[in-house]
Amino acid sequence: MAVKVVRRRELTFWEKLYIPQILSGLKITSKHFFRNLLLHIAHRLGLLKHLRASVTYQYPEEPRPLMSRFRSRHRLTVRDEGTPRCVGCMLCETVCPAKCITILAGEHPDPNVEKYPVRFDIDLGVCVYCGYCVEVCPEDAIRMDSGILDVAAYSREEMKLDIHELMNPALRKPVGECNLPFPHQCRLTGGQIKGSWEEVASGRR
Amino acid sequence: MPALTIDGRRIDAPDGSTVIQAAEQAGIFIARYCYHPGLSIAGNCRICLVEVEKNPKLQIACNTPVMEGMVVHTNSGKAEDGRRAVLEFLLANHPLDCPVCDQSGECDLQNFYMNFGLYDPRFEEQKVKKKKAVAIGPHVMLDQERCILCSRCVRFTDEITKTGEFGIFNRGDKAELGLFPGQTLDNAYSANVIDICPVGALTEMDFRFKARVWYLSSAPSVCNGCAQGCNIDVHFVLNRPHLNDGARIMRLKPRYNPDVNQWWMCDEGRFGFGWIDRGRLTKVLHHGVQSAWDEAMAAIASSLPQLRLGVIASAQLTVEELFLIREVFHDAQITASVPEAPGSSDDFLIQADKNPNTLGAAWLGFAQRDIVHDALQGRIDALWVFGHDLAKLFGEETLQELSSKLRLFVYSGTNENPTSSSATWALPAAAYLEKEGTFVNCHGRIQRVRQAFPPLLDSREDWRLLLDLARQINRPRHYRNPQEIFLGLAATEVRFKNLNYEAIGTQGFPLHD
Repeated sequence: MAVKVVRRRELTFWEKLYIPQILSGLKITSKHFFRNLLLHIAHRLGLLKHLRASVTYQYPEEPRPLMSRFRSRHRLTVRDEGTPRCVGCMLCETVCPAKCITILAGEHPDPNVEKYPVRFDIDLGVCVYCGYCVEVCPEDAIRMDSGILDVAAYSREEMKLDIHELMNPALRKPVGECNLPFPHQCRLTGGQIKGSWEEVASGRR
Repeated sequence: MPALTIDGRRIDAPDGSTVIQAAEQAGIFIARYCYHPGLSIAGNCRICLVEVEKNPKLQIACNTPVMEGMVVHTNSGKAEDGRRAVLEFLLANHPLDCPVCDQSGECDLQNFYMNFGLYDPRFEEQKVKKKKAVAIGPHVMLDQERCILCSRCVRFTDEITKTGEFGIFNRGDKAELGLFPGQTLDNAYSANVIDICPVGALTEMDFRFKARVWYLSSAPSVCNGCAQGCNIDVHFVLNRPHLNDGARIMRLKPRYNPDVNQWWMCDEGRFGFGWIDRGRLTKVLHHGVQSAWDEAMAAIASSLPQLRLGVIASAQLTVEELFLIREVFHDAQITASVPEAPGSSDDFLIQADKNPNTLGAAWLGFAQRDIVHDALQGRIDALWVFGHDLAKLFGEETLQELSSKLRLFVYSGTNENPTSSSATWALPAAAYLEKEGTFVNCHGRIQRVRQAFPPLLDSREDWRLLLDLARQINRPRHYRNPQEIFLGLAATEVRFKNLNYEAIGTQGFPLHD
C-alpha cells in the first residue's frame, strides 16, 4: 500500500494572532444558542413552525421517537391462536452473518401449516442487527420493530433470547413463568418439551 | 450407430437410444422429471422438449429415437419457450410450500425454474387442494399437492420391486398419486422412491424437518450393512449439533454404481446408521473403569509376549486392518469370523451375509477356527475380540466363563455391549465412516470406504491402534496411513497385485479368484 504523506498546513499570520480565532468560534456557538432560544420561544407562541430547532431528549426518561424502518430488538409475529407464524424454514438461520440464530423444527398438527419452531433462540450478544433475517423471512414471521433499544444484561447467558421473549417483547430476562401453550423447548424446563397442541385447541393461553 | 447433431456437436449414438441418452453421453443435460435411466420411459412430464429440425413441433427428448442425420437444438428460443410453458403448467397447482418442504434445495422444480423458468406467474385461480403430510409407509411421507404426476415412483414399484403399491387416480387437475386401497408402502426398497421423486411429494420420515439440505455435507462411502457393498453418499452435519440431538449423520443416499447397486439401496442399509452416533464406546475402559490409551497400550504390549493369544477379527474391518492383524499377530491363532445366523436376503441387492468384507477376509487367508472353544479349554490365555458381542453370539454364561478364565481379554469395538463391559481392556474403535479403507464385496469387487468425519471423542481407527501396538511389541510396521498399508498389502498378496487407491477410484475395481 502506498503511503500518503499528509502535510500539516502552516498557520497563517491571522490565525497565529489567536484572539480573532477564539472570537470566531464564540460567534458560531452564540449564533446557535440565540437561534435555538428565539425559535423555541417562537414555537411556544405558535410562530415559525417550519423552522426546526435543536432539542435535548432526557433519555431514558424521555425516549426519542424512532424512524419506522429503524431496526430494534427482534420479535416473532404470532397467529390468532397464539402460536408463532414462523414455519421453521431456517432461512434466517442460514442467512445470518453472525450465526446467532438457533432453530429446531417440529411437526405442526395442521398439515396445511406442517412445520413450526420447537425452539427459536437469538443470541443478542452476537447479533449485528443487520436485519437480513427480517428481509429473508418468507412468512413475515420475524420483525425488528419492537422499539426496544436498551438490550443490556449482566451476563452473556442473559443476552440469549428464547422463544418466550421473542414472541412477547414485553417480557424481559429472567423469564419467570412459561405460558406458551404449544409444544416447545423451553429453558425454564431444562430443554424439555413443554406444552401441547391440545392446550392450543382448548384456547388456554 | 446413427450419427446426429445436438447443439452443433456430432454424436454417434447406439442404435435404439433416445435423444436424451445421446445428449447425456455427450455431456449435454436436458431437463427431465419423468425420465429416469433405471426405469421405463413414460414421456408424460413433457419438460424435456427439444427442437428437431424439419419437424414442425417440439419433440420430447426422452422418447424420440435417434436417427441418422438428425439435427437437435436443446437451447433454441423455441425449445426454451416450450420448456417454460411446460414448467408453468406443472407449477400451476403446485403449492408454495418451499419454506416447509424438505426437498427444497434439491428440488428440480426450484432448479429448473431458476435455470429457465423465471416467468411472471399468471395463475390467479384457486390452486386445487389435496391431501398433505400422509404417512404412506414406515419411511415415506406423501404430499399429493406437491406431486407433478411424473409417475417415477409408480414405475419403480411396478418394475424394480414389483410390488405395485402406487397408482395415479382420477383425471385432469384432480389426478393424484396414491396407494391402492389397503396397501402400505413397506417393501424392502421403499425409500428409493424418495430419491427418485424429483419434487417434494415423497419425503423421508426419518429426515423430516431435521435439517435443511444446504446444511448437509456429503462424503462418498460404501454401506457396511451386507456383503453387497452398495455405494452410498453419507450426508452429515457437524457444525449444528442442535439439529439432530448431537447425532452427526442425517441420512444415507445411494450413489450410482452400474456394477453394484445401480441407483438403489435397501431400507435396512439406508436406515441402519443409528449405531454410529448412539451407544458408542467413547472412552478406554479397564475393567469398566475409565482409563487412557497410553496406559492401555503399554499394559497390553507388556503382557502380550508371555501369553498365548487368540484373535477374533471381524469381516466388518477393512482389508488394510485385517492385513495388519495378520502381520502383527502372526504367531497368534486368528479367525475372521464367528458363527452368525444368516440375515434376510433376496435376489436383488440384500445379501444374507451381513458383513461387508467376508470375501476380503477369506482372501487374506483367515481360516475359520473355534477360538472361543480353545479359550474355554484353556489352550489360549489371551483373547482379542474385534467388534463382536460374544454375549449375543455365545451367550452370557460363556462370556462370563471366558472373562474369568482369560488372563488378558481385549475388546476393541465401536459400541458398548456386554463384551465391552466384561473385557480387561475395552478400546473404543472408529466406525467405518470414520476411517479410510477398502472392502471386498461378495462379487469380488474391491471398493473404498472414505472417512466422512473424524472418529468420535476418544475412539481410534483400528489400523492406528494396531500400528501403535506393533511398535510397542517391537514388530514395527512403517506405514503411516491406510493407503501405505494397502500398498504393502498389494506388494505381498497376488490378488491385490498392482492395485492402489487411485485405481480403485470411486466405483471400485473388480478382482477375481
